[in-house]
Amino acid sequence: MASVSPPVDSWLYPSDAGLYCEPGDFYIDPHRSVERAVITHGHSDHARSGHGAVLATHETIEIMKVRYGDDCAGAFQPLALGTPISINGVSVRLVPAGHILGSAQVVIEWAGKRAVISGDYKRAADPTCAPFELVPCDVFVTEATFALPVFRHEKAEHEVEKLLGSMAAEPDRTHLIGAYNLGKCQRMIRVIRDAGYDAPIYLHGAVIALTELYQRLGIELGDLRPATTTDAKSLRGGIVMCPPSALGDRWSRRFGDPVNAFASGWMRVRGRARQHGVELPLVVSDHVDWPELIATVTEVGAEDIWVTHGREDALVHYLATLGLKARALALVGCEEEAE
Amino acid sequence: MRAFARLLDCLAYTQSRNRKLALLGHYFRSAPDPDRGWALAALTDGVPIRMPLRRMLSDLVGRFIDPVLYRLSRDYVGDTAETVSLLWPDHPVELAPPSTLASTAMSRARGGDAGEKSKQLSLDFTPTPTLSPQGGGELRGAHLLHRKELGASSLVEREFEEGLIGHNSAEAEPASLSLGNVIREMASGTTAERTERLGRLLNQLDASGRWALLKLLGGAPRVGVSARLARTALAECYGRDVSEIEEIWHALEPPYLDLFAWLDGRAERPDPGSKPVFRPVMLAHPVEDDDWPKLAAEDFVAEWKWDGIRVQVAARGGDVRMFSRQGDDISGAFPEIRSAFQGHDCVVDGELLIMRDGSIAPFNDLQQRLNRKAVTAKMMTAYPPHVRLYDLLFDGPDDLRTLPFTERRARLETWHARHHPPLTDVSPLVPFQTFDELNALWSSARAEGIEGLMLKRRDSTYQAGRIKGQWFKWKRAALTLDCVLMYAQRGSGKRSSYYSDYTFGVWTQDADGERLLVPVGKAYSGFTDEELLLLDRWVRDNTTETFGPVRAVEPGLVFEVAFDSVQSSTRHKSGVAMRFPRIHRIRWDKPVAEADTLETVLRLMSGASQAVGRDAPPA
Repeated sequence: MASVSPPVDSWLYPSDAGLYCEPGDFYIDPHRSVERAVITHGHSDHARSGHGAVLATHETIEIMKVRYGDDCAGAFQPLALGTPISINGVSVRLVPAGHILGSAQVVIEWAGKRAVISGDYKRAADPTCAPFELVPCDVFVTEATFALPVFRHEKAEHEVEKLLGSMAAEPDRTHLIGAYNLGKCQRMIRVIRDAGYDAPIYLHGAVIALTELYQRLGIELGDLRPATTTDAKSLRGGIVMCPPSALGDRWSRRFGDPVNAFASGWMRVRGRARQHGVELPLVVSDHVDWPELIATVTEVGAEDIWVTHGREDALVHYLATLGLKARALALVGCEEEAE
Repeated sequence: MRAFARLLDCLAYTQSRNRKLALLGHYFRSAPDPDRGWALAALTDGVPIRMPLRRMLSDLVGRFIDPVLYRLSRDYVGDTAETVSLLWPDHPVELAPPSTLASTAMSRARGGDAGEKSKQLSLDFTPTPTLSPQGGGELRGAHLLHRKELGASSLVEREFEEGLIGHNSAEAEPASLSLGNVIREMASGTTAERTERLGRLLNQLDASGRWALLKLLGGAPRVGVSARLARTALAECYGRDVSEIEEIWHALEPPYLDLFAWLDGRAERPDPGSKPVFRPVMLAHPVEDDDWPKLAAEDFVAEWKWDGIRVQVAARGGDVRMFSRQGDDISGAFPEIRSAFQGHDCVVDGELLIMRDGSIAPFNDLQQRLNRKAVTAKMMTAYPPHVRLYDLLFDGPDDLRTLPFTERRARLETWHARHHPPLTDVSPLVPFQTFDELNALWSSARAEGIEGLMLKRRDSTYQAGRIKGQWFKWKRAALTLDCVLMYAQRGSGKRSSYYSDYTFGVWTQDADGERLLVPVGKAYSGFTDEELLLLDRWVRDNTTETFGPVRAVEPGLVFEVAFDSVQSSTRHKSGVAMRFPRIHRIRWDKPVAEADTLETVLRLMSGASQAVGRDAPPA
């Protein structure tokens, strides 16, 4: 006799603080302080300070400490990728999400059902983190940052070729690359290195600490130097990494007439690039694009798909036309990813 | 298409004018005929192919994408051509019209293997089964695969394949994708036929190529290049003066083979023959204080400078064109003027105005009719145009431009007395003996529609551009008001990191008697680079709200704003707008409460004589 499992949404559901697993009594990526939190990755809309206890990958914990201080949570419990543990009888396992260094999907099994909270993820190759692992499940929780069919990201290698081409064409101008300071910045540097560029790369103050952490965690990034203490003239023709907000800001004036580049999935849309005054848009994203997203949600074979932040209306609509059950998981406090 | 797409891409993302000129010049000198001519057309007057492009695109897109997804995508991107170029799959899609789709797909499928079949059937954005080693050929079954651990490797492979297809720029582009070929294909046939051809073309291009194709066919590429800038780039890259191209431009037709043949030195300069063309306009310098001692009153004639836009009307061979000062053909928006000059053979220089019952309407009224391709009957009644003539450049075949002004003027008066085209009059000369007398005359003159005075040397020939010492414009000393900075916007180009465009307002009272600021104008000039640094810092330190590139600031800084006049406006909440405002002085010292009020502004507008002061010439 097959026993009837209770539906997943009877024990895993959104509450005021975020997605809550009742039998395990823990939250996943809560946006408020809670007693026990499982954190998928270090971006600030997922990892916040002030929790009682944090369960995450070693790398994610290190990132949180750099961002918020060593005592940003009461206790930290690192969990190796692929190793299941039991929390009040609920099996919890972290598997790679391919988003940034340390990023993980949370696989939760209870009462014969399996839910995967994928956090943010991508399927494209990224030399700075472990590749996304597909885990078949009953409930799949997915992001929808780029959930419109107009979004198809380029390969990072191709965009870096474009960058090096622009540098060859404009040898006297500094190339300022705006990139999200956790993940994108370090991935861009790594891919630039892989393309054979070995000159020093200069860093805006806001990206230094996390980039050094990446190096400590074993990601080779080559010769990196602070941009601000370096004589602006010696930067001419070089590469400077900075947060996107620094493009076109007062800080950028020291570089004379730089080429403003911006590495982001949003750069696929011209209006977005022009809005930022970007001269060299680089369509590189750490999120799934539309084809990857549709491929993933269909491949996991889930009977129920929960869609978090982004363009959930388009995704939910489209999955319904495919005969898939999908719904928006209204997670309060999850704003658009500042990619 | 690839070189053209690259050009458009680079232009769109480049803000520097010099860099744009260089990019255009490089393209014009390296692209083959007729491609470069079609590209030039796309950037200037448009490619002369008419078709219902939007409808054709929605027909095509509807065959492979859900209408809701298309709508959401279009809403997000904000431009049909770009949306379609981004949505279009990078692997070719089967585009047979819906009715014949099934049979075509089946006959193709019979020949191919399972993988091939799935690719051709891929009419929506369901992942192709190549993603799943188990799912070959089972398109809609892909998502039904359950509990199969699938690695990411299949995805990477797919990316790799697409990468090779999409980005191998070393591979030569097929000749069928040349601009010339594309235009030829799209120029004829029924809408249905052209829709299928367009689909086939889109299937062969990458995203940037698709965008370029749709901009080539649809016009208005919006890459920050005006028609004049494109012509200037063309002239400069061949070491020519832009006026040499402008003089014949409107007699030429895309793809401009004869123009390029001349520039390449393979042929004579094209002869405009009997077509009406633009002749570069003669312009004036502002008269400066140290000019006066060098000017003798008897050498000059004076005429009013009317507050409209400078135009040139060219009539020849049964055709009439009206051009802006930059040489843009604006005839389409003013059919009345075209019919007024119908049958004449002349080129005249004048001021385009909106005239009601013999009096000139505010400049804002004229703006309602500018920048339009076509015009409605309602607009024509509400905003009747008029051309006030300054000069006669051609009388029949006679080129009068080498004659002195006084002789041209006599010819103009005679010509106008004889032909008297409707909706025209001759701008009267203002008789005077001394500049002082002229100044006095001006003070008593009614100010309506007058922007200033023109001083033209009696013996001046009509030459292109601003020729030193020939023509002067004598504008009123500006009016000034103390206004409060309300919003600041980031500039562009060199100023892209600076808040350099300022919207300012004056005080008024709301219904409850509360004082509040209402905007009256916007200015981005009149300060030094050092002042810009200080202003930028002030804006950043006093921001209350940010809307994209615009910041609202605390009312805390007063500008002494100089302007030529105040007119009624529907654009500003205050109901008024300044003409030619610029920052005269930054009043760091002045308390904002002491800035001017809307009542003061309205008084300036209603006063018959709005001049409160002017530069008096030395006796």
